[in-house]
Amino acid sequence: MVAPPSVRTERLPETPPPASYLVVFEDVVLAFEDTPVLNGISFRLSKGETKAIFGVAGSGKSTILKLTLGLLKPDSGRIYVLGEEITERKEEDLFELRRRIGMVFQESALFDSLTVRENVAFRLLEEGNVSEEEVEQPVREALSFVELENTVDMYPSELSGGMRRRVAIARAIITRPELLLYDSPTGGLDPVTSTTIIELIIKQRDVFKTSSLLVTHRLQDAFMMATHYFDRKSNRMQPLPPGTQSEVPMGFLILRDGKIIFDGSIGELVHTQDEYIREYIS
Amino acid sequence: MELVSPADLAKDTVQAVQDYTVLSVRSVGNLFRQPRYFADMVYQADLIGFGSLPIVVLTGLSIGAELALNSANTLQRFGSLSLIGQLVSVGMVRELGPIITGLMVAGRNASGMASELGSMRVTEQIDAMRALGTDPMKKLVTPRVAATVFMLFFLTIISDLLGLFGGALISTLLYRMDWHQYWSTAWQILVFQDVFMGLLKPVLFGFVIATIGCYYGMTARGGTQGVGRATTQAVVASSVLILVVDLLVTKLLMTIFAYQ
Repeated sequence: MVAPPSVRTERLPETPPPASYLVVFEDVVLAFEDTPVLNGISFRLSKGETKAIFGVAGSGKSTILKLTLGLLKPDSGRIYVLGEEITERKEEDLFELRRRIGMVFQESALFDSLTVRENVAFRLLEEGNVSEEEVEQPVREALSFVELENTVDMYPSELSGGMRRRVAIARAIITRPELLLYDSPTGGLDPVTSTTIIELIIKQRDVFKTSSLLVTHRLQDAFMMATHYFDRKSNRMQPLPPGTQSEVPMGFLILRDGKIIFDGSIGELVHTQDEYIREYIS
Repeated sequence: MELVSPADLAKDTVQAVQDYTVLSVRSVGNLFRQPRYFADMVYQADLIGFGSLPIVVLTGLSIGAELALNSANTLQRFGSLSLIGQLVSVGMVRELGPIITGLMVAGRNASGMASELGSMRVTEQIDAMRALGTDPMKKLVTPRVAATVFMLFFLTIISDLLGLFGGALISTLLYRMDWHQYWSTAWQILVFQDVFMGLLKPVLFGFVIATIGCYYGMTARGGTQGVGRATTQAVVASSVLILVVDLLVTKLLMTIFAYQ
């Protein structure tokens, strides 16, 4: 009997993406058991760019962030983060890279047995060689950035939903990461608190110019980010003058049925002829 | 209730055994890798060891007393009441001390670990820890395993001693036995093999309790209901495994030491 020819799954020669891209997804496919979540996703996030990712619930928005951090592995395709391919990297080899990335989780994911101070200082203390006294200054600075200096000794359970999100932002930015990932930072919050959170994200974007991926289902959040800037003099966000654009490039990505159906700027988005997108943004 | 096909069930079981094995191996391997969370180990040792002390004291004392009380009746019929110290001593040190302490600590701590880690898992705190560049296996699992193994060893010694003390109280107060005679017979009957068996078991039980508790916690899913389920499963699985390991180790050591 003749043995069947063996199937070789050779990978194409790797061409590392240009260093100007912080995140690159190349034809990424992921399914949970038999349910496909992402079906051939490809996009790039440039240095300094902020990209908002939209889609209906269950469209795989948060999954993209988890793949970016290496918390999930794709079934196929390639993912590059901060110039390094992470697609097949082992968990232990990812911790170093993750220390250069900040993530704000959907429900904040603060450590509920630690105080706000310990939560915000977590990464610094874990990196070692620093005492609790030495982390006091950066913790105060990070909390001052989110205007929550007076909560250092409180526990997450004693904070409101909006305050928890702000502490989560402080925890994510304390080490000045090169890339920030926001997973529905305004989800479940009232409109006033949502605006406060978006103002903080705009402040972070315009002050530190950190590249970021923002997952949201609230279109108005992303539009506000595209049409406002942070004014350091008044310490408030202000609308951009008509005809001008933010210093930081802002992109939009829309997912549908596991595929990207739009990847472009706000101008392209409002002038799109795609009926689904027009309905989505109306 | 959802029906699962035998093939899926077999696949899930093999997957669970594989995941548990990986967790167990890594929990030990991490002891030899940086960073080592010594402060977390001490904190867990306090929580597991000193926290379990009241329940271990109470059960050790009462089991020893009950053993003496039940066996005294039978021994009296054969006129061998003087053997009560030996019986309590061998029973407590070789078998009852380790197993009762193991089961008590499993009920208290395997459930605690599963619920704590399970809550962290379903609220994305474990993912947040990974995202912050910290290995949850090193930070959460290894300190619990090391602390449980270390503290269960000493808790078992305390339980053994209190069991003997409980037996002594019953023997002297109810059966008018001489206090010194009880202790000298209890001491003289013990040989190296008995003590070795009695002290090896808590090390293995401690490992089983902590790894099972952590495994169910780290794999919990399905919100608060899932955490509750993980907690129950952790107690049941660790208790059953303690009994199985006890049987195997007893048989193995009896063969090695050529017990009559």
